[in-house]
Amino acid sequence: MSRPEHIAPPELFYNDEEAGKYNSNTRIQSIQAEMTERAIELLDPEGPSLLLDIGCGSGISTSIAESYGHVTVGMDISPSMLSVALESQEVEGDMLLADMGNGVPFRAGTFDGVISISAIQWLLNADKTCNIPQRRLNRFFETLYSSMRRGGRAVMQYYPESDRSQQMILDTAKKCGFAGGIVVDHPESKRQKKFYLILQAGGMRTLNTSEMSVEDEKVNAKKRKLKRKHDMSTREYIVHKKDLNRKRGRLSVPKDSKYSGRRRKAAF
Amino acid sequence: MKLLTVNFLTCSNKSCSSTAEAFPLKIEDAKLAIQQMELKPEFLRNIIPRVDWNALLISTRQLGNNSLPEEKPELTEESDEVLLKSLHNVLLETEITEAKMTCGNCGHIYPVFEGIPNMLLSEEEI
Repeated sequence: MSRPEHIAPPELFYNDEEAGKYNSNTRIQSIQAEMTERAIELLDPEGPSLLLDIGCGSGISTSIAESYGHVTVGMDISPSMLSVALESQEVEGDMLLADMGNGVPFRAGTFDGVISISAIQWLLNADKTCNIPQRRLNRFFETLYSSMRRGGRAVMQYYPESDRSQQMILDTAKKCGFAGGIVVDHPESKRQKKFYLILQAGGMRTLNTSEMSVEDEKVNAKKRKLKRKHDMSTREYIVHKKDLNRKRGRLSVPKDSKYSGRRRKAAF
Repeated sequence: MKLLTVNFLTCSNKSCSSTAEAFPLKIEDAKLAIQQMELKPEFLRNIIPRVDWNALLISTRQLGNNSLPEEKPELTEESDEVLLKSLHNVLLETEITEAKMTCGNCGHIYPVFEGIPNMLLSEEEI
């Protein structure tokens, strides 16, 4: 899968030509619409709310959120994408030209909820020397937390590049006060796999997890590590590995004996 | 840009977020338009407690409207439609299409063009 983050910074990548695709390409539109519907389902706002759409782009997600009766404010860094949104005239809410890495410019407790479709992976990009990903992440989540009402929820669909970047985003969000985790839709399919970062800004509202596959990353990683360590030292594992290497034709495989897999005596 | 958004918008600069002069942004050279929107009483009841009435008064005066009451009106279930409609008109239907917004603390000017404010900062200000 191609990653636009590797090509150019967002304000340059989404030029008139790229932005035009969002207006004409029905495949992009249907995928974006589907993800927006899912994000709003996960957001589950109580009644008509004021929502922030981060990386609103051509306004596909914004107009869908409005069709549910919410009032929206969108922000995006690409002027071309915003002008597409203006031309289409489907967005009633306001839009800002702003960089999420510089923070969300709203006063405390503004929004009932936040959605973002395919945007926050851009935060990890460093296109200029003044852009330090960790600092941008910190600033983004700090200001996002304060701009949300206590108990408000943010649902952000994004494309994590690696486990490390995913961990970095989640850790920063938690450090800034959010509670939350990642919901993975269609985990079995590489193409359709979608990550939704769900964050809760204070308050006590539990997420309905009955129909979701929620991965608790830390616990899983710990278990995996423990298991591997245990396996590696057993005699069966060593014999199995040796057999495997013999079958593959390696010449320097030691013989099996009663000493295989035994611990050495402690040195003097 | 709606007056509702103006009421929540602050300067993007990190050092301005904690100062009192930075909010609300000062509006100058504004061109206004009215955009019809469907009245949503439930949304208004939800949002009015969060509106900073003083800031709204300052913003509307800068736009040349002195007709708003000094005190924030209380919205209840039985609030009459006239009040709801007037609030809806001020907060959601009044659009600023072009303006200059100035931060009272750092003095950064945010231009508004075609209803979209440009909140980007230059590299030195980050």
